[in-house]
Amino acid sequence: MSPVTRTILVTGISRHIGARLASVLAADPAVSRVIGVDTVPPASPTRDGGAQLSPLDRVEFVRVDLRSPDIAQVIAAADIDTVVHMSLMSGPARSRSAMKEHNVIGTMQLLAACQRSETVRRVVVRSTTAVYGSSPTDPAVFTEDSEPVEVPHTGYGKDASEVEGYVRGYARRRPDVVTTTLRFANFIGPRVDSPLTRYFLSPILPTVLGFDPRLQFVHEDDGVELLRRVALDDHPGVFNVAGEGVLLLSQCLRRAGRLWLPVPAPAFRFLGEGARALGRMDFTPDQLALMSHGRVVDSSKVTHELGWAPKFTTASAFDDFLQTRGGR
Amino acid sequence: MNAEEALTFAARRLSGRYEVDEFGYDAELTDKVVLELLRPLYRHWFRVETVGLHHLPPDGALVVANHSGTVPVDALMLQVALHDEAGRAIRLLGADLVHRLPVLGHLSRKTGHTLACKEDADRLLRKGELVGVFPEGFKGIGKPWDQRYRLQRFGRGGFVASAIRAGVPIVPCSIVGAEEIYPKLGDLPVLARLLGLPYLPITPLFPWFGPLGLVPLPSKWLIEFGEPIRADEIDPEEADDPMVVFELTDQVRETIQRSLNALRLRRGPAFFL
Repeated sequence: MSPVTRTILVTGISRHIGARLASVLAADPAVSRVIGVDTVPPASPTRDGGAQLSPLDRVEFVRVDLRSPDIAQVIAAADIDTVVHMSLMSGPARSRSAMKEHNVIGTMQLLAACQRSETVRRVVVRSTTAVYGSSPTDPAVFTEDSEPVEVPHTGYGKDASEVEGYVRGYARRRPDVVTTTLRFANFIGPRVDSPLTRYFLSPILPTVLGFDPRLQFVHEDDGVELLRRVALDDHPGVFNVAGEGVLLLSQCLRRAGRLWLPVPAPAFRFLGEGARALGRMDFTPDQLALMSHGRVVDSSKVTHELGWAPKFTTASAFDDFLQTRGGR
Repeated sequence: MNAEEALTFAARRLSGRYEVDEFGYDAELTDKVVLELLRPLYRHWFRVETVGLHHLPPDGALVVANHSGTVPVDALMLQVALHDEAGRAIRLLGADLVHRLPVLGHLSRKTGHTLACKEDADRLLRKGELVGVFPEGFKGIGKPWDQRYRLQRFGRGGFVASAIRAGVPIVPCSIVGAEEIYPKLGDLPVLARLLGLPYLPITPLFPWFGPLGLVPLPSKWLIEFGEPIRADEIDPEEADDPMVVFELTDQVRETIQRSLNALRLRRGPAFFL
């Protein structure tokens, strides 16, 4: 049986979902300690406008660069029993190679530390549905065992595929540890900051001419709740997570009431790179594929396993995002 | 639609507040716009008549039809037929070529079509949908004029395995009339390869008359639905048995060929000569 006192390590605590998860876990009576690590300290709750957020003061912050072996000392020193790995970065880092190093090398170091640890007995990894890639010749709906026709060979999707590969390796070597991989659709909500939320908040939205992709979203509240549940209980396996239903990009744009500009695919990429130079958005080739072909996953497995389903549908999550952020 | 309905329809469409299923099927757009545009072609140009609609089971089934006509107009007419005469929405499985194309690929999804692959077929059938498939694929639709009404090879029988797995009957469907809309007298293979198309046809009107050559000839059509073939009575385990699958595939193919021959006689000349 699992011990009553729990010590949980959360990586990627400086970003929104990581911070929310850490404070929710810290407020749980079944949890004795929450240690949050990241390369930069979390933004102060006040500046973050965090009246509605429980403060991070019960969370102990340790500044660790995941790419260094220091993480092993943190795990050893604190008798960590649960690790929630949230620090996968989708967004524009200083450079693509820095992002890749952070994502892939960071995960390797973390798992190496977990493998040596005697105390870690549960590992939860936040992954993404981007591992399925996005192409016109894939099945319409991905299940967890789908093999994508085109394995993502760039950016976030590729990083996540590699990270999942290391997690599988770790699970093989430590069958006594419960590992859970959650493949989330794009997060959305009042306080999510991602390439996609920045896209939807731009004054004019470029779309790929002749394409109307199917999109899915997960509301941040549902994301945090699900992560909390798998951090506190054993749910081994790989799970897709998305709000029920789909929205076409054209529906999103109409709901947002924003101007959009269909441009041919090469121009879309060019605009994306321009926007990236201005630090506004990050349109990588995998993003272009998503904006052309879309991606839909089946998340019935997680509902079945946990007896829990996201409260927000894809559409209601998007509407909630618009209401709080859309300025309309 | 009266003016008021048209206004609320337009307002709803413009606000993005309508449902699209996980395959991208936009039922409202299909019923109110796409089928509306196809209906004159169905009623007045091809004067389509249907036979044997009572053979359609009330629940999910796999409709297997012959494919012809150079351009997949037959698929669209089948869709109008089932919508107008039986009140059923059919979900068609299409070639990946269509789904790769801009505009057409996404319009095709919105109209309820999806990629012809095992996963999508299984998923739609599990949900109890009426699914349509043309196992001949490009071999059927792109066959030359002198091969008309001769069924081509039925792929690898993947559709039969899907029906057995899902436990649904197969409804054989024969379409007479589509063969004559764009008689394919020749082919431009080099140009086709250049454009990435499976073929580029020469018809009596195309390419000689330019855009006018795109007008289909007004042949008379008949669509017949045959008695269901009971794939649902086979143990789902046997979907993996190639012998069972091949046998049933042949049975479906022969049934359609027989009914095509009879239906063609019944129709008489395609153009009321």
